[in-house]
This record gives sequence, C-alpha cells and structure tokens, in this order.
Amino acid sequence: MAMGERGMQLHDDAPRLAMPDRSQAVAAMQIDRAGWAGRAFARYDRAAVMRIARAVAEAAHQAAAHYAEWAVRETGMGVVEHKTLKNQLSAHPLVDFYEDLDLVSPKVDPDRKMVEIPKPAGVILALTPATNPISTLYYKALLAILSRNAVIFSPHPLARACCADAAARLEAAAVAAGAPSGLIQCIANPSVPLVQALMASDKVQVILATGGGPMVRAAYSSGNPAIGVGPGNAPVYIDDSADPGTAAAWIVDSKSFDNSVLCTNESVLLVHAARRQAFERALRAAGAHLCSDAEVAQLRAYLFPDGHLNTAAVGKSAVWIAQQAGFRVVPSIRVLVAPITLAGIDEPLSKEKLCPVLAMLTVDDFARGTGVAQMILRMSGAGHSAAFHGKDAQRALDFASALSVYRVVVNAPCSQGAAGFATHLAPSFMIGTGYFGRSSVGENIGPQHLVHWTRLAWNKDASVPFADFSAVRLSYESPDAGSRPAPAPAAPAGVDRDMLRQLILQELRGLTGGQK
Amino acid sequence: MFNYGYFSFDSKADLLQKATEYWNPGKTKFWQDAGIDLVIDGREGYFLYDMSGRRLIDLHLNGGTYNFGHRNPELVATLKSALDYFDMGNHWFPSVARAAFAEKLVRTAPGMQYAIFGAGGAEAVEIALKTARYTTKRRKIVSIIKGYHGHSGLSVATGDERFSKIFLADRPEEFIQVPFNDIDALDRALRGRDVAGFIIETIPATYGFPMPAEGYLQACRDLCTRYGTLYIADEVQTGLMRTGQMWGWQTYGVQPDLFVTGKGLGGGIYPISACLVSESCGGWLHEDGAAHISTSGGSELGCVVGHQVIDMLQRPEVIANVQSVAQFFQRETARMMAQHSDIFVGVRQRGVILGLEFDHPEGAVAVSRALYEHGVWAIFSSLDKRVLQFKPGVLLDAALCQEIVDRMEAAMPRARELLRKPARAA
Repeated sequence: MAMGERGMQLHDDAPRLAMPDRSQAVAAMQIDRAGWAGRAFARYDRAAVMRIARAVAEAAHQAAAHYAEWAVRETGMGVVEHKTLKNQLSAHPLVDFYEDLDLVSPKVDPDRKMVEIPKPAGVILALTPATNPISTLYYKALLAILSRNAVIFSPHPLARACCADAAARLEAAAVAAGAPSGLIQCIANPSVPLVQALMASDKVQVILATGGGPMVRAAYSSGNPAIGVGPGNAPVYIDDSADPGTAAAWIVDSKSFDNSVLCTNESVLLVHAARRQAFERALRAAGAHLCSDAEVAQLRAYLFPDGHLNTAAVGKSAVWIAQQAGFRVVPSIRVLVAPITLAGIDEPLSKEKLCPVLAMLTVDDFARGTGVAQMILRMSGAGHSAAFHGKDAQRALDFASALSVYRVVVNAPCSQGAAGFATHLAPSFMIGTGYFGRSSVGENIGPQHLVHWTRLAWNKDASVPFADFSAVRLSYESPDAGSRPAPAPAAPAGVDRDMLRQLILQELRGLTGGQK
Repeated sequence: MFNYGYFSFDSKADLLQKATEYWNPGKTKFWQDAGIDLVIDGREGYFLYDMSGRRLIDLHLNGGTYNFGHRNPELVATLKSALDYFDMGNHWFPSVARAAFAEKLVRTAPGMQYAIFGAGGAEAVEIALKTARYTTKRRKIVSIIKGYHGHSGLSVATGDERFSKIFLADRPEEFIQVPFNDIDALDRALRGRDVAGFIIETIPATYGFPMPAEGYLQACRDLCTRYGTLYIADEVQTGLMRTGQMWGWQTYGVQPDLFVTGKGLGGGIYPISACLVSESCGGWLHEDGAAHISTSGGSELGCVVGHQVIDMLQRPEVIANVQSVAQFFQRETARMMAQHSDIFVGVRQRGVILGLEFDHPEGAVAVSRALYEHGVWAIFSSLDKRVLQFKPGVLLDAALCQEIVDRMEAAMPRARELLRKPARAA
C-alpha cells in the first residue's frame, strides 16, 4: 500500500479492513435454526398445533394496535385504526377460518384404498411488504404454524423494526405454548443481495413472496419453489342494475381503508353511462371529491411524474395527496376520484395507485365495460381482482368469465372482499394471481399451500384387501420435547452402567410418553 | 495425477510412499494398518474428502479446531481481510489486534484480567504452568492420570507416560498425577502446600470425556484455595461454546485462577492459543512482561481471526444451534444405545462433547473404522480405546445430524463384526 494512501486513511473513520458480511452469515445461521425448529414441529399433533396457533393469535391480537401505530410511524403509510383492524383480522379470525382444516392428521380413505399423510414444507422464507407489514407477518406466521412449518421473515427495509419486534413477540408466544424455539424468526438487516442469497438457499423449502414485481420475479428465479403474487389493479364495473348509493358507499369505504395500501383496492371505476350522474352524486355523498380536468392533470403529474407511481404517495391520505398535487379539498374528503377518458398504457391514472385515488371512466354499455376492464388488466393487475356492482346475474357471470382475474368481488368493498374479510373467500394477505399473473397459485393463499401429502395407494384390484387402520396411529412427539433447554449433563460419573442404561430408558419413555 | 501447483503426486499410493519416506513412517503406517486409509484432500463445511474423492463427515474436528467446520467462509473472509492489512506483527510491541482480541477474550471470562497469547495449546499450557510457578513461587504441578495438556516441555510432563518417557521428558519429582474424580487423592497431593498449580481439563478429552463427578471440580477448586495452589482449567477442548457456554468451567460454576484455550480459537485457519489469567496471577506481566516471548504467539492475523471466532460464538443463533445439536444427539444416542446395548454401553455428554462407550477394550477403534467405512470420521480416545470421541460441530444443521445417525445405524453391524474378531480388531 502506498504511503500516500496510508496518510489519507489516518483521517478516515472507514474500517481499514474489509469485514465479511455479517448479515449474510447470521441469516444462514437463522435458516439452520429454522431447520431445527421445523423438523421438531413437524412431529407435533393437531391439538398442540392448534394450541400454539391460538396462543400466537392471542399475542398478535393483543399487540394489534401497538404494531399498527408503530407501522404507520415507521413507514409513513396507512391509517392506524385500519391497520389495527387488519392486524386483528389476521389473528383469531384467521385461525377460526382454518379451525376445521386439519393439515396435521393422516386421512384414511377406505373407498379409494388410500392413506394420506401431511408433510410440511419445512422452512418458509416469507417476504413482507412495507404497505401491510404486520398484518402480512401475522398472517404468514399463522399459516406457517397451521401447516407445521418454521418461518423466517425478510421484512421490507422500511418496516424492519416493527417486523423484527412483532416476529420476536410471536416467537415468544409460540415457545411459551410449547413450540420449538426458532419457529418464527426475522432477518435483522434485510438487503437485496441478502434476500436474494436467502431465496437461493437449498435450506429454504418455499418462498412466500409479497412485494414489488421484481422481488416476486426474483423469488421465482431463485431455483426454489415459490408462491409469489403479482400486483393488483382492480377494475370495478358499476352496472346499470347497481344501486348507486350503496355501491358508492362500499367503494369509498374500501378505497379509503388504510389509505388504500391493500393490493385488492379498487383502481378504476367503469360506470355504465345510465348510472353516471346518480353514481357521481352518491360518491360525493360518501366522501369522495370529484376532480376537475385541471385537478386530474395535477394528480397525474404528481402521482406519475415519469410514468411510474410516485412511492411518496403510497398509503397517504386523500387530503395530503391533493395538497401535494397542488389543489385543496375539504378535510372530510376520503377519496379523490379522477375522471379519465382512456384506459391502458396511455393513461397512467389507470395503473395501480396504492393510495386513495380512483380513476373513473364512463362506458356506454356492459360489453364496453368488460372490454375496458380487460384492457386495464392487460396493462397490469392480471390474475388479481376485479369487482362488479349490480344485480344482473348473467352480467356478473359474463364479466368474471371474460376477465383475466381469479376473483371478482360482487356488491362488496373490494379491498376487504378480495382479501376474504367481507366475502367468504379465504382471509389472506397473499392474493394468488395464478397463471394470468405469473404465479403458481390462483386462489387466496392458505396453509394448505404449505403442506404436501404422502399418499399410500393400495392396489385397486378388489382381490387385494385394504389394511385395517382402526388401531394404527402416527407417532407424535410431545410438544415440549423440541423446546427443552440445553441438555442436562449426562449421568454423573460413578453411576454404574446398568443404572445409566435405566436412566436412558426412562428418558426415552419420557420422550415417547406423549404418543397418541 | 494430483496436481496442486506447488507440488504434485501421481496417486494416493505415491503420496503414502513419500509420507513414509520423508515425513512420518510410523504415523503413516498406523492408519494404513488400522484400515483408515485417509489422506484428506478437499475440505468444506463438516465434510472431508479423501484423495479417492470419498466424502467423510468430520466428527473428529481435531478436538474442536473445526468447531465452525472446515474453511468456514466467514472466517476465511476474515483472514483474507486481515492479510490485506496485517502480517504476524512484531511481538515486542503493543498492537491493535492483540489488544482488541485480549479485551474480547477477557470480557468472555469473568474473573480474568489478561490474555497471554501462544501459537498452540501446548504453549498456552506452558504459559499457565510458568505463571503458576511465578505466582506461588512453588515448583510442583499436579495433574490427573490420563490427562492431556500437550507435548512441549512442561505440558508433556503433566500428561501420560506414553508421550513423556519416550523422550525422557517425564519429571515425576515435580509433576505429580492423581486419579480423576478422586478428591482424596488430590487432597493428599496438595496437602504439603508445595504445589504451584493443579491443571485439569474440564472434561478430559484424550481420556474419552469421562464426566466429572457431581461436585468434583468444585471440590478441587476448594482444595486449591485451601492449600494455596492455583486452579488451572484446560479449556482447549471444552471451551468455545462446546459445552453450551463459552467456557466449560462456567457450566460447572467453577472459577479457575487461570485457564487455557486453543484449537478452535483460530477457527481452523490460523493457529493461535491463549492463557487467561486473573489479576492476582498477572504479576509477571508487571515485573517483566518479556519474560515469556513468542514470535508467532499472538500473531496479529490470528488475533483478527480469533476475535471473529469469539464474535461468531456469541451469536444467539450459534448458541441455539449448539442446544439443538446437543439435544438431538442426546436423544439419538440414547435410542441407539437401547437398540445396540450388546456393544454400545454408555454415553458421556455435555453440550456437543460426547464420548460413546463400547463394551470392548478396543471397542472404539472398531467403531471408528466401521464409521469410516460408512462415511463418518470420528476418532477413538487415545487413552481409553473403549470410548469413541464424538464431536459434532456447533454449526451442524438438522439434515446432516440426521444423516450422521443414519450412517451410524448402518455402521453398527460392521462394528459388531469387527468386535467379534478375536484379538485386535483393527
């Protein structure tokens, strides 16, 4: 090294040695830890699994408001009371929904001469977004527990602190309820290279990718099995058979919910010309501001300065966004509605916005509405969600069959409807966008996607009898076996061999005593 | 052709011939005779690769040297970064790496004040014994029968005759040995109040990890205090988180006056050892700090690596992994023992230190060979060949642990067969 360089370094506080990447090494150790936890947890019986799920749900519920406030503070996105509700919905109600879905016990089907044994994935790498950090974390943690997997979170860097704290809280609750330690972990210092390295780890069995398009694509390119979901951009058709008042109320409620950070939120309203005026009145009554042409231009310039969404607007309030765009609205305004005349790549306002701004386009008839909806989805949001308001069953069916989406919410707020909170869809923060949306799953992701089944299939020839499973049981390990503290020292010296053997046999019996 | 750039060999046989001719005929022949024809070529993680390309899972770890596995990427990167800035350094001067590493080590060890560095475990033991003599102005050293503390002048004299007599290095008048777990014998040895230090491995490794009896180590400590003898813990194999805590003596709640560490301290990539001493034992460092000098002891490269080793060991993930590995083998060895009780008769364990007892005077030699044939390398205890040293690394993952057990199961019939052969099994 030249002396000149050395001289300069004397005034430089940067490390003189290039240290290895600590986060990478620690994360690799965390994955190994998850491996141990998953291995132990895969032997738990259903009662133990449900007990742990309930304990974690309760801890999640108790801290729902705490983390809602924290997430809003840390990310600057969303609304505390709405995030509180989402967090609560991702706790007990989620477990309630899957209460009767047994992903733990084997299934015996004498008619098909088949036995099916659930096999958990093992270690889940779960990405969580900045928009819905805690609710997604709650949801993925409970999915992991219900399917007997270990989960390691890689939070969006904007929501790193609240996620790390929440993961630690859920882990503590799980362990207190008998789960093996290391079941729920969080990467401390997420970065793009680190997450990419983790996604490619051969010790990760499946990636649950929620996040931006590039991250989801990276998950699919990692070489590991992945369930990633594409972006939403829900077109909403308001038929002339709709009641404008209720439709507008649902839409404004949905669009203002948590400042529209749910990917299931309404994006473009397609209003049947016959309902246009009544619907606009109803929107205003529900708390929406209908923008003038000049305001639309201001909004477009602010939200899509170079054709791409201005992330500063994500999760902000309608009033704040109007102000940033350069116009004023009264403080009670919850949603900005921007009338547009085109949809598709030529009109950026018809893209996904993730803030309480709706585009609105009038269509002459149902067929035109369907056509424009499909045009929007062709640009973005394929495989995700759409909504239909109206009473005409045939049109609802035609709308859904024509569109490249896997869920069409009917006469309900789309944010909560497509995510399974205002409909009977599965409650989810992962909206499967299927093949339309370059994803492996087209339904709302649930714990069933994290388990595969080993099938014992008998010869179907009637001459070969099926076995009698009435007295056959899988062996489970008692819940505390995997989570015990460090081993006590082996039998003290001086103990004779027979006694030692007895001690070990006792220990063995203790370990298998919880068999069911 | 095995071309290593700097040198090459035509075949494994060629290497063995050269090793016999120029290196160590006795050692080379011993392993060939024992049926363990291992010449380690590649190595990565917890895997060793023989020159034949055969893969072995390493449960020997050279006594914990490869605690983190072979060529741990983080440690390799650490050493490379150190090489871009430091070299071994000048042992006469204070240095940033030595001071930082000394502080790091001392902070892991309540009651200790200074870290004195060496290049290997034996040197650290020399430092400890010399420190004890300086501090007490006594000459005698007591150790346990079948204890092991290295092969240098003072250290070898504390150990088994096998290693001292051959070199006329035994000094029975100054180095007294007492049976392990026999507190009365120690009392008799110390009673004359002329013993400088009592040195003991917290769990004697080369003896096959017999566990200290309940209260034994504390009773030793108390006797040392009573008779003015310094208690020296040899933590070369029991330190560095292998017992579940940083130092084995911590798990027994015994406070030494000084202790030594080595092997894994250098992460298997740079040799370094240390003797940690309390303030009251550090007198010579004040009187004449250059009284012990070591050109390569405390090399700055080793200090950087050692600093990182300690840092890594303190991570909660590592501590959790040690617990998982320890629990796993506790359960699995118990299960295996129940199943193979005709030959497999005992398990000694603390953390990831295990000794597996086999019911034959050379039982572990046979089992070691059977395991070797089944892709696992674990060495028998030199001083008790009934006991197999079973030393899983602190970063072993669940899948590899399971594979180890599966391979052990598969090796048991072969072990049984070897043990049935009359006379020597290997």
